[in-house]
Amino acid sequence: MKIHSLTLTINGSKERLRVSSNLTLLHMLRERLGLTGTKNGCEAGECGACTVLMDGEPVNSCMVLAVECDGREIWTVEGLTANGELARLQESFMKLNAIQCGFCTPGMLISAYALLQRNPLPSELEIREALVGNLCRCTGYKRIIQAVQDALSE
Amino acid sequence: MNNPIPRFPEFEYIRLDTIDQTMKFLVDYQGEAYPFLGGTDILIGVRDRKFRPKYLVDLKHLDGMDDISFNQDKGLSIGAAVTLNQLISSKEVSQHYPVLTQAASHLGGYQIRNRATLVGNLCNASPCGDTIGPSLIYQGIANVIGPNGTRFIPLEEFFLGPGKTALRVGEIVQSITFPNPPQQSQGSYLCIGRNKLADLAIAAVTILAFPDESAASGYRFRIALSAVAPTVIIITDAQDLLSDQKVNPAQIEEAARIAMNRCKPIDDIRACQDYRREMIFTLTLHGLQQVWKVLRP
Repeated sequence: MKIHSLTLTINGSKERLRVSSNLTLLHMLRERLGLTGTKNGCEAGECGACTVLMDGEPVNSCMVLAVECDGREIWTVEGLTANGELARLQESFMKLNAIQCGFCTPGMLISAYALLQRNPLPSELEIREALVGNLCRCTGYKRIIQAVQDALSE
Repeated sequence: MNNPIPRFPEFEYIRLDTIDQTMKFLVDYQGEAYPFLGGTDILIGVRDRKFRPKYLVDLKHLDGMDDISFNQDKGLSIGAAVTLNQLISSKEVSQHYPVLTQAASHLGGYQIRNRATLVGNLCNASPCGDTIGPSLIYQGIANVIGPNGTRFIPLEEFFLGPGKTALRVGEIVQSITFPNPPQQSQGSYLCIGRNKLADLAIAAVTILAFPDESAASGYRFRIALSAVAPTVIIITDAQDLLSDQKVNPAQIEEAARIAMNRCKPIDDIRACQDYRREMIFTLTLHGLQQVWKVLRP
């Protein structure tokens, strides 16, 4: 199988990689780069646990081929933490216990972060709509919505 | 525990510089080479071994594929690589073709809509594809390029069955164009799934209605039903009823009954036939009532 050479930016660092056609962005992040904050849930674009930012827009990394990321900029949940300090959204998720098992949390954080980038003052409905592609099987969503609202109020 | 989700089998990702090279490749490797846009349907099919492509041929970077344009004379043109979120955020689409915006917003979550495209949703030809009903009632035309040149396929002739379209080997849809919508048109897209947002449709009804002096009733209606037949279907006799006779609550109910009787749903994991039929009656009734409430004199 043909091997493709990629140059891309991940969490602000330039990376050069050689990948096969059938490697997904998800597996490249987790298995080649050790960025295991991005979770592998359904691998069908349904659960959102693998959500990352691609050129600033959230995508399901299980539904993107690594080879498509040549020249692109990727941000994962690890990139939300500046200088080791938790981002405001992460603080709000912790403060409001918007986490139980934590498996969905990285995807929730990325989707919520992307929402606040495009709409700094979303309504509750807009928050709910932005998180439709992120499933949580523990919390019932209420505290997650509250955490995003809390991050707005600070 | 072993991961129950199979990894992708081997395939080659192909990205060629020009449309001509791409078409030639699709013809030379017919049966082995599959066109690839957002990948939100095909990658799942590949993973589950429903499709066994040797080559996935990317179209997203090709000339003209990411264009979206509108003008009062020509109407709307949406390139094959325009994502659903790009379509949804177009003010011209939401102003002139609001039912298309509404239905596209219903498809998947935000992340999926950053990859999924209108053209991909149409070419996937699922009977429950959210954007198919609105594309039909706005009378979309597929601009197709292939080894024998360009041709234009009205979407009414495009869908042949579940997953089957009128495209020939080597042909790709470069864009979809929509004529200007009729003056004062009112539309509605009503869909039910297992949850309120993002799920595949159990049944959906798209309606467009507009004043037309040439109709006996003074109005024309377009009605499309999704997820209740092998393709999305247009219900011409319900449309004719509302064009030919004075529109009133009894006629609207009769049109909804005709829609219910014309659909041919199946039982599947999401719903049974009887439920789908009942829902087509209810959704058609509500959709017609919604548009008539705004349009009636």
